[in-house]
Amino acid sequence: MGQKEAIQMKNITKRFGSTIANHNVDFEVREGEILSLLGENGSGKTTLMNMLSGIYYPDEGEIFVKGQKVLIRSPHDAFELGIGMIHQHFKLVDVFTAAENVVLGLKHKKTRKEINDSIETICKKYGFDINPNQKVYDMSVAQKQTLEIIKVLYRGADFLILDEPTAVLTPQETDKLFAVLNNMRKDGKSMIIITHKLHEVLSISDRVTILRRGEFIGTVPTTEATEQSLTEMMVGKKVELNIERPEPENSKERLIIEHLSYINEEGVKVLDDINFTAKSGEILGIAGISGCGQKELLESIAGLLHPEHGSSITYINPDKEDHISLLHMNPRRIRQMGVSMSFVPEDRLGMGLVGSMGMIGNMLLQNYAESNSFLKMKKQAKIKAVKVKDKLDVVTPGINTPVRKLSGGNVQKVLVGRELGSNPTVLMTAYAVRGLDIHTSHTIYHLLNKQKKKGTAVIFVGEDLDVLMALSDRIMVMCGGRMNGILDARTTTKEEVGLRMTKIQEDGGADHE
Amino acid sequence: MANLIAWIIRAVVFGTVVLYGSIGETITEKAGHLNLGTPGIMCIGGAFGFVGAYAYENSVSDPNAALCILIALSLGFISAMIAGLIYAFLTVSLLVNQNVVGLTMTIFGVGIGKFFGSYVIPEGAVSTKASFANSVFSAKLPFLSDLGFIGQTVFSYGFMMYLALIIAISVHIFMQKTRTGLNLRAIGENPATADAAGINVTKYKYLAIAIGSGITGLGGVYYILDYNSATWATAAGNAIESLAWLSVALVIFVRWNTAKAIWGSYLFGLCYWAYAFIPSILGISVNTDIAEILPYIVTIIVLIVGNIRSRKGHQGPAYLGMSYYREER
Repeated sequence: MGQKEAIQMKNITKRFGSTIANHNVDFEVREGEILSLLGENGSGKTTLMNMLSGIYYPDEGEIFVKGQKVLIRSPHDAFELGIGMIHQHFKLVDVFTAAENVVLGLKHKKTRKEINDSIETICKKYGFDINPNQKVYDMSVAQKQTLEIIKVLYRGADFLILDEPTAVLTPQETDKLFAVLNNMRKDGKSMIIITHKLHEVLSISDRVTILRRGEFIGTVPTTEATEQSLTEMMVGKKVELNIERPEPENSKERLIIEHLSYINEEGVKVLDDINFTAKSGEILGIAGISGCGQKELLESIAGLLHPEHGSSITYINPDKEDHISLLHMNPRRIRQMGVSMSFVPEDRLGMGLVGSMGMIGNMLLQNYAESNSFLKMKKQAKIKAVKVKDKLDVVTPGINTPVRKLSGGNVQKVLVGRELGSNPTVLMTAYAVRGLDIHTSHTIYHLLNKQKKKGTAVIFVGEDLDVLMALSDRIMVMCGGRMNGILDARTTTKEEVGLRMTKIQEDGGADHE
Repeated sequence: MANLIAWIIRAVVFGTVVLYGSIGETITEKAGHLNLGTPGIMCIGGAFGFVGAYAYENSVSDPNAALCILIALSLGFISAMIAGLIYAFLTVSLLVNQNVVGLTMTIFGVGIGKFFGSYVIPEGAVSTKASFANSVFSAKLPFLSDLGFIGQTVFSYGFMMYLALIIAISVHIFMQKTRTGLNLRAIGENPATADAAGINVTKYKYLAIAIGSGITGLGGVYYILDYNSATWATAAGNAIESLAWLSVALVIFVRWNTAKAIWGSYLFGLCYWAYAFIPSILGISVNTDIAEILPYIVTIIVLIVGNIRSRKGHQGPAYLGMSYYREER
């Protein structure tokens, strides 16, 4: 394929108030190539790409498309230049059909049939499958992503920017997406992929550009890169990338779940007869496409939801080995009964922390009820906040800074730090590393392993199968609210897990240990 | 029978005022802006429409009907549009909270309307009348309106009642069938998406709010020049305000559908006037104050029922009431 520069960005600087998101960044993508844009959280990847797609306007610097200097003032300008971006949070109107979303904002006068025909042509050419008359709210995540790509292609884009396209896909869906991207590359289109996942970078892209803290670090051909070398460029120092997995030591049952079912407010059975045991000194991974009941499972155990009758949740106290039923209790009752359980929810700033409060306030939330004083006792919380900040390297202007102003990784560190501070017997985490860069992710894995060695029963709901398989001892696969087998993480394969995520197996709930 | 006809006529005339406000509010809400300034804007439109018509017929010896209509409608529309643009500037460009601006707009608009409307009331009097404008605005179709039940209930209104029907149906077709309508709906559903699709969100929002406000203002003109027999009394502002609140409720009642707003507004009219006609038709007595809250109770019941059987696609615009700023982080 040609080696002509398709898009060049020179000396780009973008500031948001006093923070510099991009500083003197040089960037180029060639015709007919797939370029990966790599960087830690907050390194300015999305900001840089948003300047190409017209969402942001650079404070300084120049952009060239096919050698011509251009000004991109709005998304409309970007379309005119053939640049289309598939955003991480899909930009689709839920109540419109696929076709309506595709033609949104276009001025041409085509009939409904002509539009559907052109969509079909695009689908055939690159291997998509979509129903133009389906409403977006009836679509799966993968379908929505397909629609986003079609939307961009329909507008005749030659340059596609994909922001974290695989974050929400199953391995099978990812393979399908990569096949489509390869087809588009053959067709001479240029693609820029923003991602955290290094193995994907290595498998799909031609070159990799790395940003660190808003600055351009370098571009390397993929053939000359390894996971280790890329990580070092990203982080700026040597990092241990292997996830260790110590053997579980004297495992004892800590949490027994039997026949757990839950029907939500809309009358949908989100959990259907779940049975498993969480053991001390062990990490139990839970795999599944998001929205298959993982959230409800953890919330039922934490006492936030009330499961159906016939369900049973039993906690075994490590001191006296007595059995306590957690069914139909609220979190405070559970705590009062001496159950030591921590929960790191998926929605960090919604359920986990109060965004407008500082670290001290958030530490206080966990055990304010234990103090009998009329006034809040800030002193202990302050000690705790300082401890978490030092131990986990939380980057914050101060322990009183509202936590929503921190970056995603630091918010998670505050939350995890608080939950681990209480020395839980059972620790539940939901998507603990979602949106975190590789460096912070490994910090979290390390913390979980430390808990495991201390004898905590860890339940780890994850989405990255590689991580799940490297970190967990056993993996429970969920599919559509049902459990689809518990596998031994040391012997199972990625394909096996991926398959079970999408299709109920005949041996449904049987153990595979 | 005579009672029933009178009831229907009252209801339709009442409903028409509410309908104008409701169409205007629907257009605004489709752009994602909840305009609680509707009562104020309607009041401004009514006051300026009246003052224009009043000044015109008092300044010439032989007033012309077409010119009277033109002056009243354009003054009502434009003044309301200007009020709408103030709201748009504050909420679209300066991103101020829509509820706060809207409520302030109501207080401001009712005040302005009362001030200018009352300016023309002769000293010592409590009201004044634009007789020529009244005769023009309430002129009925000559023959059809005499034709029995149908003639009286369908053809016996001033031209603005029919204008409201045309606008309501046109707006509905515009929203559902045209590309521009699709773009406008997309903005209310998800402005970031619309923006990324290359739609000029700010332009659409300004236009939708301005035109919506203008149509709301016509409701005020209709109220004064036809419904209220072209009489401006010192309390007229408050009367418009109470009707305009109903039009905000009507938008939700008919689920953002201006075609359905037609029968919805007449139903509100029937409910509102029930106290005056139900007793004589059924031979019972009803407390006036309680009867007048009927439209509001109907709205609340519909909201509850609607939410229980909520279906996607029949809710209001998803980003209603939220400001949009492209470079927000």
